[in-house]
Amino acid sequence: MRTNQRRAAAFASVVAAGSLVLAACGGGGGDTGEGGDDASPAEEVSQEEIDEALSTPTQLLFWTWVPDIQNQVDLFMEEYPEIDVEVVNVGQGADHYQKLRSALEAGTGAPDVAQMEFQHISSFRLGDNLMDLAPYGAGELEGDYPEWVWSQVSDGEAVYGIPQDVGPMGNLYREDLLTEAGIEEAPATWEEFEAAARTYREANPDSYLTNLPSNQAGQFMGFLWQAGARPFSYDGAETVSINLEGPEVDKVVEYWSRMLADDLVSTDVDFTDQWYQGLSAGKYASWQTAAWGPVFLQGTAGNTSGLWRAAPLPQWEAGENVSGNWGGSTDAVMSTTENPIAAAELAKWINTAQEPALRLATEQFLFPAYTPVLEDPAFLEQEAEFYGGQKVNQLFSEISETVSTDFGWLPFMDYAYSSYTETVGKAIEDRGDLAAGVQAWQEDLRSYAEDQGFTVE
Amino acid sequence: MSTSTTSAPPGAARPPAAGRTGRRKSLQRPEKIAAYLFVTPFFLIFLAMIVTPLVYSGYLSFFREQLIGGDAFVGFENYADALQDSAFMSGVLRVLRFFLLQVPIMLALSVLFALVLDSGRLRLQRFVRLSIFVPYAVPSVIAALMWGYLYGPDFGPFAQLAEALGGSAPRFLSGQWALASIANIVTWGFVGYNMIILYAALRSIPTELYEAARIDGAGEVRIARSIKLPAIRPALVLTLIFSVIGSFQLFNEPSLLQSLAPTVITNAYTPNLYAYNLAFVNQEINYAAAIAFLLGFVIMIVSYVVQLSSQRRERRS
Repeated sequence: MRTNQRRAAAFASVVAAGSLVLAACGGGGGDTGEGGDDASPAEEVSQEEIDEALSTPTQLLFWTWVPDIQNQVDLFMEEYPEIDVEVVNVGQGADHYQKLRSALEAGTGAPDVAQMEFQHISSFRLGDNLMDLAPYGAGELEGDYPEWVWSQVSDGEAVYGIPQDVGPMGNLYREDLLTEAGIEEAPATWEEFEAAARTYREANPDSYLTNLPSNQAGQFMGFLWQAGARPFSYDGAETVSINLEGPEVDKVVEYWSRMLADDLVSTDVDFTDQWYQGLSAGKYASWQTAAWGPVFLQGTAGNTSGLWRAAPLPQWEAGENVSGNWGGSTDAVMSTTENPIAAAELAKWINTAQEPALRLATEQFLFPAYTPVLEDPAFLEQEAEFYGGQKVNQLFSEISETVSTDFGWLPFMDYAYSSYTETVGKAIEDRGDLAAGVQAWQEDLRSYAEDQGFTVE
Repeated sequence: MSTSTTSAPPGAARPPAAGRTGRRKSLQRPEKIAAYLFVTPFFLIFLAMIVTPLVYSGYLSFFREQLIGGDAFVGFENYADALQDSAFMSGVLRVLRFFLLQVPIMLALSVLFALVLDSGRLRLQRFVRLSIFVPYAVPSVIAALMWGYLYGPDFGPFAQLAEALGGSAPRFLSGQWALASIANIVTWGFVGYNMIILYAALRSIPTELYEAARIDGAGEVRIARSIKLPAIRPALVLTLIFSVIGSFQLFNEPSLLQSLAPTVITNAYTPNLYAYNLAFVNQEINYAAAIAFLLGFVIMIVSYVVQLSSQRRERRS
């Protein structure tokens, strides 16, 4: 039984790898701070209405890239035999959102329910494309999610997506390589991490303790998140704030500037062949990644099984315990749906009903956002051979509780991330002035926001 | 092939003149109708898939839609902006450089291969012809992915080979080399395509000309220079025009290699890539439409210049 499960796990992890890349490119969510007063509480839908809708023959269209989500959908259709759900994968990441936007713009062909990463929620709220799920019973779920997760999908009373998976960040490292270099433990603070990087580099002139990709805004946002910076926010209407100044941002920028200038970190683009091979060949001895990272790494660097360990992210102050989030997504209902009750039920059910939700975590290896699954022993007690038998899920579920709340996003994260690569990423690649890169990023974002008619704070 | 050109084209055979006047009228109309029927499917698709989107994007280019504040008619403002947009201009200059660098090499190789094949002195002629052509049959998406792997800085075969020999391969996708690396991929893909066009043109030259030249004592090189090359000039101009369009519309290769070198191959690396990113990343569809139209004009002008200069040369010679 156990080996069977493992084999299935290994296989699924390879399959899941593709989708996780996408999650990787993601960031956090649609938290919009405290500006909930404009969202007038919609009227609650009564249980009779719900029962009636769920026993009426209905067709739903569900756009998602999550592998094998058909399993969850099949369970849903068994539960509600009158409802027929068609699952369509229109692509991942940018492709998915472009097509979704086009369909919404065209007024036909849009799905009822769509996969939606946290950081894209605001962008679809902007066009009033997301249905408020609160009247359909989503509000009651608040207590079933870590506070920071809920703040990513809600604004005041309104709820814009049912969280599916999240990416609280930790540190995966090659225990064998660190020990060889004389580093006994995973660095607990960033200061120790820098010292370790130096020691490691002296012992291994061809490899690095870690890699800072020049294209990965999501990871960098996670670092900012952990450091307490809150660079972005959106009020749900016309005002955005873009602020990449201040001590929290400076701390992160100065740290990585030093790491780059002293050649303590490589700058390879991530999720490319070069990078995959770097991970499996030991070019990078650690990866500061999200909770979806452990399974992803298993599929990517299979030859290094048993050599990796997981630890929390290094901290800014000794004794602290704070993390950020990188990636994760929700299922959101489009406001154009003609079957809001059934659509809302689909989004809710597959992510919160016992069987489908647990299977998302144990079969599809999505790191659960939903606390009952997060605390389920079947999930927590899994021992990962790849990590020398460590209970990696347990560790990350503990990390999940340490992610700080109220991290906001802009309603144009596509643009923000692509601009990141050309400003901050360029500075990383050139090992140049990271502060100037961040400054250029901020200026570019502000001028874009103004051109698009936003009020910038 | 050359024999078929000497025989009368079969289509020239006409029905006998007797009784022609009486039957002709009755035949002509259905013939005409049939002809229109045959071209209708093409024109319908052409209208729906080319003309309509063209007109629509032309229409779009005169508006500006903001994320906040909606849609407004702005006349030629988008075009004026584009002409002052350094990202667009440097993209145009980049593809111009690409054109000047890559096209001469590619066409020279195509001519060379076509001449060698046409000389008939090669063994395994078919095999060689096919091998040169095969890269064109590889979809450019696959080709770019494959080359992306070959160019890999640490683990790519070139890098490994260079290391084994004690040297180091250039960083193929660095700012200095990226354009040349892309040019290499495009050359690899399109040499065979152009070669086939030129080879077909060579095969249609009447062999009597060669016999006459040989009697006059001309060698293979002289024949190539004085008979073959002038004879395939129209085909060469055709490939050149195709190459102008291809170069200025460069998209697939940079778009796919972008994930490997995002800080070098930026969103505005080529004008086409820029238009695409403006539309789908920046959500500035109107501005993207204006950029696309301007690029179209640039291509028209360059193509026209190429054609004009080749015609002038023809007249002079």
